[in-house]
Amino acid sequence: MKKGNSHVLKPFDNVNTDYIISGRYKFKISDMKELAKYLFEDISPGFYKKVRAGDYVVAGENFGCGSSREQAPWAIKEAGISAVLAKSFARIFFRNAFNIGLCVVQCDTSKIKDGDAIELDLDRETVINHSKKLKIKTMPIPGLMRRFLRDGGVVEHFRKHGDFKIGQ
Amino acid sequence: MGKTIAEKILSAHAGRDLAAGDIAICKIDFCFGQDGTSSLIIDSFRKSKKKKVFDPGKFCMVIDHSAPSPNTGVSEIHKKIRDFAKVTGVKVYDIGCGVCHVVIPEMGHVKPGSLILGADSHTCTYGALNSLSTGVGSTDLAIALISGKNWFKVPESVKIGINGSLKKGVYSKDIILHIIGDLGSNGCTYNSVEFHGSTLKRMSLDARLTITNMAVEMGAKCGMMEADEKVLSFLRKTSKIRSKITPVTADKDAHYVKTVSYEASKIEPMVAKPHTVDNVTRAAAAKNIKVNEAFIGTCTNGRLEDLKIAHSILRGRKIHGGIRCIVAPASAQIFKDAANLGYIKTFIEAGCTVVAPGCGPCVGTHEGILANGEVAISSANRNFKGRMGNPNAYIYLASPATVAASAIEGRIADPRDHL
Repeated sequence: MKKGNSHVLKPFDNVNTDYIISGRYKFKISDMKELAKYLFEDISPGFYKKVRAGDYVVAGENFGCGSSREQAPWAIKEAGISAVLAKSFARIFFRNAFNIGLCVVQCDTSKIKDGDAIELDLDRETVINHSKKLKIKTMPIPGLMRRFLRDGGVVEHFRKHGDFKIGQ
Repeated sequence: MGKTIAEKILSAHAGRDLAAGDIAICKIDFCFGQDGTSSLIIDSFRKSKKKKVFDPGKFCMVIDHSAPSPNTGVSEIHKKIRDFAKVTGVKVYDIGCGVCHVVIPEMGHVKPGSLILGADSHTCTYGALNSLSTGVGSTDLAIALISGKNWFKVPESVKIGINGSLKKGVYSKDIILHIIGDLGSNGCTYNSVEFHGSTLKRMSLDARLTITNMAVEMGAKCGMMEADEKVLSFLRKTSKIRSKITPVTADKDAHYVKTVSYEASKIEPMVAKPHTVDNVTRAAAAKNIKVNEAFIGTCTNGRLEDLKIAHSILRGRKIHGGIRCIVAPASAQIFKDAANLGYIKTFIEAGCTVVAPGCGPCVGTHEGILANGEVAISSANRNFKGRMGNPNAYIYLASPATVAASAIEGRIADPRDHL
């Protein structure tokens, strides 16, 4: 993936789906591009305006905990974020992200500071921190999810193959 | 090696022997969405270019999160849900039916050993009925709707034992808040949490459902319990299930990544302080925090037993002047029963506002949004910043007894002072 700026979230741990996109907006707005304007609004006002296409969201443990709202990964994707890097992810968010074709990667994010220029190399399972001149190993992404990313999400995966293509 | 409940249920639905860590495609017995997630389910379904749902009898949509509709945006979503149902022949539980997690078991969609997906994170509730039920996103749900199946990673299991007798004034909500406070909001991520022990055996099914409902608040995929006579009686009498019921038990030599046990008699009335569910303390230690709004209801604590407990505290009393107390029975059936038993009369006479069965103010879309700086005490399951519609407000979570007692005092109270 291309090089981008890192946006390190505060709070770092337990960023829940209400913080990603508040329940106030998920009912009001069905256009995901419009919804993206309110991304992280309750914890980081003006976040959307700071983001450029290809940037990365960086967080700590249990990113995406809370509700099952798929608007959360959608808002991140539509804001132009390349990938979310976190120490760990909540289960439903993790599934939702790959299902809609948003890349999320588990790695030690403590060595990434806000504004660092970083780059994710999925094939080498590495995050390159250009600002700090260091490489961070990422957890491997299971084969089925890599297929979803390649196909652009699980719906597109289904359209293309007519069924799950597991273990191939 | 023996198997956990989750390993057995997923193996049965994959048609092959599975163990924790395996990834498999499994058949789904039932799936559903609510009004906050169904719009995207419908979009994903249409994008797939499929014309038919896999089995119209195995899917439904429940309009509960903003019901009745508070604005035109929601009204359009509700209309989209109703229109989709007409075209595909699936069932809609419309406004007034109640919260999905209470309506779905009442209507007979849950059986021991079944595999259920819901586009709502608290789908884990039905683990108390010995089913593997878990929350997923809308696209995930759409895949189940198209194909009747989905992919699963078989979870590692955690065994939690709860033994002994609860003290007076202490309820299942206090147990689960205590456990979440102990294990943390990340304590069981991706795990199946099996609850066992003598305390559960003595507990009503209503009380057990509160515990499994909150399994997701420690990151769990599902919360599981074994089925006993109380479960079977509910399934026959309330759910009206006539078909054969086969409970699933864990093997004695099943493997658990973690085993924890709690002594029920040591647990006190608890509250979760803002803004995380694991930020737990004793209610007695939070006394004197003034509240502006008290809320009794939700898929966690809006069942008949919860309303009975609140009624027993509020009967003949008045809520504190200047505060609001909102009561939302969790389903139409519960509303009817609570009316027949005089609980609703108690609430009205005490000065509470009774609203339609549904999620009520819990999700912050209507019916009691907090003002800046206000404090709520709620019987719900989440106290995240902004949850009840205002990021500048503060939410405390507690049992219906603690909420009712707090409504009387106008500040966080220990329910034991009111029993």
